[in-house]
Amino acid sequence: MAATRFPVEAGHIMMFARAVGDPNPVYDAGRTDPGEVIAPPTFVMASAQYDPDHPLRPRPGEPWLGSGRTPSGVPRDDGDGGTGLHAEQHFTYHRPLRPGDVLTVESREGERWEKQGRRGGVLRFSETIVEYRDQDGRLVVTSRMVGVRTERAPGEAG
Amino acid sequence: MALSSKELAVGAERDAVVVDDLTRTQLVMYAGASGDYNPLHTDEVFATQVAGFPGVFAHGMLTMALTGKALTDWVGDGRLRTFGVQFRGQVWPGDTLTTTMTVRALADVDGEPVAELDVVTRNLQGDVVLTGTASAVLDP
Repeated sequence: MAATRFPVEAGHIMMFARAVGDPNPVYDAGRTDPGEVIAPPTFVMASAQYDPDHPLRPRPGEPWLGSGRTPSGVPRDDGDGGTGLHAEQHFTYHRPLRPGDVLTVESREGERWEKQGRRGGVLRFSETIVEYRDQDGRLVVTSRMVGVRTERAPGEAG
Repeated sequence: MALSSKELAVGAERDAVVVDDLTRTQLVMYAGASGDYNPLHTDEVFATQVAGFPGVFAHGMLTMALTGKALTDWVGDGRLRTFGVQFRGQVWPGDTLTTTMTVRALADVDGEPVAELDVVTRNLQGDVVLTGTASAVLDP
């Protein structure tokens, strides 16, 4: 479900930093020599933009989870009232990303486990490892994401 | 500007307000920049009527990115070697978040000084919304 190729662009970095409310000029090629621009620490998440089938983006001609004429365009997928949430996120950085980098993205499933939730119901955890390599094949960022799916009424993650 | 290892001691601590009165529009901005348009974060009708939450809430990754801003403001640009977090509670529109960073250890890794940091981000009520760790290469 991840993009396979992620071109890192200066305008995208600027918009991402702006969305985070980070005015650091090192993210803005309009204020910093473009050769000096780097991406902020969580920027690889934006590789979702380059996944043509990213499930968390409305796509033309396909039903969308969010509201339109009705509160949701699709029935709940599991019928248990559960919700998927992000529980943990870990990055290892080998060097900063720069505009002009073209990353190759490889994603694989990691471990899966279950835990009893504080409010009852089983919490199902699953891990996804994503490796981002540069145009020379060197590993630049490794991401380990842990997702959790609650069994019933929404509550806090973890 | 990067931190020098001479300026830091184990136990050194720094606080930073990373967002003041979080707006729903910032959630939309983050959705647009990151590509994560999950309606839990962008669509009040869906979040309340379908998912059963009190309203839209922030992407966990926005809270991590806000925490990351506190780190890079302290340790300098391009200095992080690791950054990992657990999402501990939801962040809501109107929240003001403060990140506290503490130096847990100072180490020498392959001849470079590295600071090991603990991070915790809390809302105005003092609830922990994120905990984590980071490591950063320092200037000698």
